[in-house]
Amino acid sequence: MTAKIAYDDIEIGTELPAQTFPVTRAALVQYAGASGDFNPIHWNEKFAKEVGLPDVIAHGMFTMAEAIRVVTDWAGDPGAVVEYGVRFTKPVVVPNDDQGATVEVSAKVAAKLDDNTVRVDLVATSAGQKVLGMSRAVVRLA
Amino acid sequence: MALDQSFVGRTYPPTDPYEVGREKIREFAEAVGDANPAYTDPEAAKALGHSDVIAPPTFVFSITFKAAGQVVQDPQLGLDYSRVVHGDQKFVYVRPVRAGDRLTVTSTIETIKSMAGNDILDVRGEVHDEAGEHVVTAWTKLVARAAEES
Repeated sequence: MTAKIAYDDIEIGTELPAQTFPVTRAALVQYAGASGDFNPIHWNEKFAKEVGLPDVIAHGMFTMAEAIRVVTDWAGDPGAVVEYGVRFTKPVVVPNDDQGATVEVSAKVAAKLDDNTVRVDLVATSAGQKVLGMSRAVVRLA
Repeated sequence: MALDQSFVGRTYPPTDPYEVGREKIREFAEAVGDANPAYTDPEAAKALGHSDVIAPPTFVFSITFKAAGQVVQDPQLGLDYSRVVHGDQKFVYVRPVRAGDRLTVTSTIETIKSMAGNDILDVRGEVHDEAGEHVVTAWTKLVARAAEES
């Protein structure tokens, strides 16, 4: 593993570059195919509404995959991630229009741990709502 | 009806090996829009110290969740899958998953709780490679929402 960020250069509170990720219906169909999760709540509006959702929602695992990019893009080596966990608190609702939805992800170093690792706490929101809770990653730095 | 607590600690047999392919990793990375070359270019991955392209951190969920199907669909446990939502997800990695891995998953029911009529199930999936080395552990919390009164 060769993270491009040095442990000694990082302080508690260091902010990682925030990113905004688009989520379109087409992206959800592509993710369904790649992941094998074909639950119709992620692509079929009629079905989603029948089970009480406001509209089609993104796969929680899609949102989880996007959020960690803030960490892997920062660290350089995705293999530097040694732990990653989230709670799915609110769905990302994806309307069938030209825009879709966006997920905004910010992150900062919350703790310096042993073996050159740091804990990064992530915040992911969509339409002003927090969509991931307890979102934390542990990353091994250089 | 609350789930049977005696299932806590139950471990299911390891799955047949899943062979991780370079093109499957590429397909997944493209689907999440992640252009990190470590996922698609073996030379870039080697420059980072990996023996082949590696998979994005959440890639392994497709494998562990399929394995958790043994639990979810266990007729003796009797979970109502139509009411299940994904509550939490966590991974702890020994090393990243990489192309060429042949991975097996051993699923264990860690906890069963009942809260306000919801059944909450924690499933741990231990992922090992062909040499028997531990690669990653996935914890998946599933919440089966209470059935409506009929």
